[in-house]
This record gives sequence, structure tokens and C-alpha cells, in this order.
Amino acid sequence: MALDRWIALIILMICLAYGYAAFFTMDATLPPFMQRNPVWPSTFPKILSVIGALVALSVVLGLEKDTGGGKEPDIDFTRLGDYKIGQALFLLGLMVAYALCLRPVGFLGSTMFFLIAGSIVLGERRWFIMIPVAAFASGGIWYLVQEVLGIFLRPWPFFLGV
Amino acid sequence: MLEGILIGLTTAFTGTNLLMVIGGCLIGTFIGMLPGLGPMSIIAIMIPVAISIGDPSAALILLAGVYYGAIFGGSTSSILINAPGVASTVATSFDGYPLARQGKAGKALTVAAIASFCGGTIGAILLMIFAPMLASVALLFHSAEYFALMVVGLSAIAAFAGTGQVGKALLMTLLGLIMATVGEGALFNAPRFTMGIMDLQSGFGFITLAMAMFALPEALYLVLDPARSNNEAGGEIKDLRITRDEAKQITPVIGRQSIQGFLIGVLPGAGATIASFLGYAVERNIASKEDQEQFGKGSIKGLAAPEAANNAAATGSFVPLLTLGIPGSGTTAILLGALIALNVTPGPRLMIDEPEVFWAVIVSMYIGNLVLLFLNLPLIPYIAKVLAVPRTFLIPFILFFTLMGAYIGQNNATELLILVGFGICATILRFADYPLAPLLIGFILGQMLEDNFSRSMQLEGGIGFILERPMTMGLLAFAVLLVILPTYRARRARIRAQGIADGD
Repeated sequence: MALDRWIALIILMICLAYGYAAFFTMDATLPPFMQRNPVWPSTFPKILSVIGALVALSVVLGLEKDTGGGKEPDIDFTRLGDYKIGQALFLLGLMVAYALCLRPVGFLGSTMFFLIAGSIVLGERRWFIMIPVAAFASGGIWYLVQEVLGIFLRPWPFFLGV
Repeated sequence: MLEGILIGLTTAFTGTNLLMVIGGCLIGTFIGMLPGLGPMSIIAIMIPVAISIGDPSAALILLAGVYYGAIFGGSTSSILINAPGVASTVATSFDGYPLARQGKAGKALTVAAIASFCGGTIGAILLMIFAPMLASVALLFHSAEYFALMVVGLSAIAAFAGTGQVGKALLMTLLGLIMATVGEGALFNAPRFTMGIMDLQSGFGFITLAMAMFALPEALYLVLDPARSNNEAGGEIKDLRITRDEAKQITPVIGRQSIQGFLIGVLPGAGATIASFLGYAVERNIASKEDQEQFGKGSIKGLAAPEAANNAAATGSFVPLLTLGIPGSGTTAILLGALIALNVTPGPRLMIDEPEVFWAVIVSMYIGNLVLLFLNLPLIPYIAKVLAVPRTFLIPFILFFTLMGAYIGQNNATELLILVGFGICATILRFADYPLAPLLIGFILGQMLEDNFSRSMQLEGGIGFILERPMTMGLLAFAVLLVILPTYRARRARIRAQGIADGD
């Protein structure tokens, strides 16, 4: 089974779980005065889950064949081995680390770390360019966001008390 | 209408707003030129900036400027290095890149800029004529018709997705609608589907979702496939001038394609990509024999056609956004989200309630086009230097801007984790060739769709509103037809093809 049909199967599961929540769990907590209403909070989700499940099922079963053909997809997952998955996963890991560090470590430190580590992962080794660029960029962006846009960004680690 | 233009002029010609147009166009061109960053990602990155400006007209002017700039930047990179940053400029590279290879990069850029300028300007004039007309019709609509109209819009987006893709696009739209129901709805003050997670109480952030759907997968592709960002500039840019003879050649092409492009752009789901390909095909078919030979080898007609068409279509896609509040493309969906965040509700009332927003956007389109032609074009040789930035620096920055875009809007670090999670899902979906724009459009329209649905249910006391209002029923029937027809036709064509094969 092709990847797109597996995904459709997962979406079908999501639709069924969503439909279960809408049909069987939501109405129980509805206060009596709202039950006189023709439309309940669960009405629209119920409709969505039914249609969603039907469409997902039709994709899973492959009712609509791809007659277009010849269209080169954006990216070819059969060529997966040629791609640099390690780098991509590493960068994603860096993004998660950035999300977790942003508050405690502060904007300047975590941004510099992210930009430098990102370049290293991609194979950059020119330290004399990397470090000044990262420092300048994090400082400049912090200034723009905090001072010009007026959105608070904690610049230093939490123990410095800013 | 004249009064409206005056309102627009007085709003747009203030110092800040002029600065917004110029700045927006420059930023858009700059980033649009980078491989893998299309207008959608750029606008999504700029939204927090626009929102913090506070003034809706200035914010929309900035975003519209960024949009034109990005399209312009995209065509520049497809001419210079044969790397279209956006799908809508793929057709530009057919003739633009050969011209650049022949050492006529400057001329190609000028033709593209003039064609874009004319396409954009003609589009803006048509927008000025059509939008008020459509808005006055739309004022007659009730929530039942609105509901039906949104269903039509959503199914049209799915129906235009291409053969074999209708089911997938529809599935994505529904997934977007389902995601929109997470959190507290406007009509019922009860959290739904939050699974007890506090951070989901207010629903998913739309900027986070936009970043995850477009910016992040593109950036990840650049990492995965280094060949996508190989940047070897195609020769020196010099001699930006074109001759009188060439101008005469491209004038009719631009005229035809501007109008055709605009009309295609108005349709929901069609948009700039289809307009540019269709424009290219039409011009090739009606060209004379010797001109036809030139197409694909550096014909300036073949360059002017898609450029005029995609800019006119970009302008045309503002018609449903500004008059009905229904976005027809991913980009306008993001703009709609930005407008809602700025407390402006696009729709037929926009022209009456907030004429300065409406007209300022239209006037800023003219100014934006002028800026692109007279400021950006001469600067292109310098802006093109950005193409030489090595990818080892570029990619971390793109990722960082994606993160910042999601963070600044919500000031919540959990949002970043959601961004990475959805980004991975979106990349897998792209691997399987699922279109992502329908998901975002469904997500943004979801709330409005449900509100209108619930309101008409309450007014008519049940699902009967569909049967009692002929227009609602007609529109809904049309929506069903839109989805079923392409599938049915493809199926019949296949059966017929099989039959012939059997006969042989």
C-alpha cells in the first residue's frame, strides 16, 4: 500500500476517534437548558467526523485513481535513501532544544547556540564568520523585537533576574 | 468609487504607509528570491510584525507589499538561476532562464518586471470595478447562504486540486475544519477536544499552523535535498533596457494575459499557478509559426505571458477575500488570518464599515507595482547578491525565522513544540503528495463556517434551513457537483480508455 493510503488510514482513525468523542462523550455534560437548542456544540463535529471518515475511506480504498500521471512530485520518497535525513532530524532536534531553552537560557544565548549549531550540522566550519554573524543576528533581532516591536523577550538566563 | 479612491489615497499616502509599501516590497523581493521560501512562508513570518503595528490598513499594506515583492523575487530567481522559489513562477523559467543563458538576463528581468507591473495594475483596476459589485450582491446573503458559499469555496479548492487529487484535497480540507473545532468556540463557551491540555484551550495558533505547513517543510526539503539550493548565478546582469520593437511585441500578450489571469485568480482554488501555466500555453498556441519556434528558447512573449498572468491572478485572488471574506488561495488565507487577528472582518461589510482599509489596500497595490518597477528593478543586481549566501548559513536562519514567527505571535514556548510536531506531519504529508493549502484554508474558515451554520440552525430551528432557502440549496448542490464531477469524468475516461484497449 502506498504511503498516501497509509496516511489516509491514519486520518480515518483520527476521524473515528473524533467522531466517538463528538457522538458519545460531549452531549453528556450539556446543561439541560442548552438541550432545547437546535444546535449543540457537538453538532458540527458530528457532521465533520462522518464526512471525514467517508472521504478518508474512499482514499484508503483508492476509489479515485490517479489518471494525471507524469506529474513529477515535489519530492520522491522512494529516493529517501539519497536524502540527508540525519541532518534534518538533527536540525529538528535543535529546534526542540531551542523551544525548551528559550525561556530559561534567554533569547541571546539560545539563539546564538541555535544558529551556530545549525551551521555546524550543515557542515560549516568557518568559525570566524559563523560566530560574529550569529552574535550580530541575535543581538539585532532582539533589539528589533524588544525595542522596536515592543514584545518582551528575555535576553539573559533566568538567574540574572531580567 | 472616486470617493473611495480618494479615501484610499489619503490613507496610503501617509509617511508610514508609504514606508510600509516600500519596505514590504523590498523585504518580499529579498526573501522571495531565496530558494524554498514562497510568498506564503514570507507572509507568515511577517504577520507578527504586521500585527504589532496595530493599524489594520498599515498592516495589510505591508503584507500586500510583501506578497508582490515575493512574487517578483520568485520570478527573478527563476530567471537568473532557474530555481523558481514559487510554483507560480515555474512557467517564467521556461523562457526566462534561456534568455539569461544567452546573456540577456537584464532584458529578461525588465520584461518580467514590466509584465508584472502591467498585470498587477490592470488587475487592480479590475478589482476596483468588480469588488464593489460583488460586495453589493453579497450584502443580500444571510448566514445560511454564507455557510453554503463557504462550502462552495472549500469544495472548489478541492476540485481544482487536479486529477487524482480531489479526494486528498477534500480530506485535507476536512482535517483543517476538524482542527479548527479544537478549543473554545465563539458560540458555545465550552472547551472542545482539548483533551484536558491547557495550551489547547484557545485552539491551535494559525500562524503556528501556517509556519508548520509551509515554511518548515520547505526548509526541511532544502536540508534533505541539497540539489534544491544549488545556486550558480547565470551570468552578469547588465543592460536592463528593451527596444521599442520588443515593447510592441509584448503589449498585446500582456493585455490579454492580465485579463485572463485576473479572471482565473478570482476563482477559488485556481490562483496564480494555473493562471501562469494557462497564460503560457494560450500565448504559445495563438502565436505565429516563427514565434512558436522561439517559445522555450528565450521568447520574450513566453516570458511576458506568465508574468502578467500570475500578477493579475494574485490581485484577482483579493476579490473573494475582500468581498466575501472567503480566501481562494493559501496566501489569501494567511492574509485573512492576519486580518482577523487585527480585528478586521473581511466580507461585504468591509467596504462600508472600514472603507479606509479596503481602498488603502487597492491604492497600495498601484504603489506597490510602481515601487517594484522603479525601485526594485534597478536594485536587482545588488539584491541578487543574496543568492550567493551559502546554504549552511541560510538554512539555520530560515528555521530560526520560522521559530520566531510562531513565538512572537503567541509568546509561548509550547507553541514552538507544536510547530515542530506539525512541521514533521506536514513534511510527511508532502511526501505523500497531499496538498497542504486546503488544510490551512479549512482551518481558517472552520470557525466562520461553524458560526454561520449554527446561526442558521438557530434561526430556522433545525437543519430545515437548507431546504427552505432555495439559494442555499442551490449553492450546496453546486458544491457537491464540483467535487463529484472531476472524479466522475476521470473515472469515465479511464473506463473508456480500458474499453478501447480491450477492443485492440
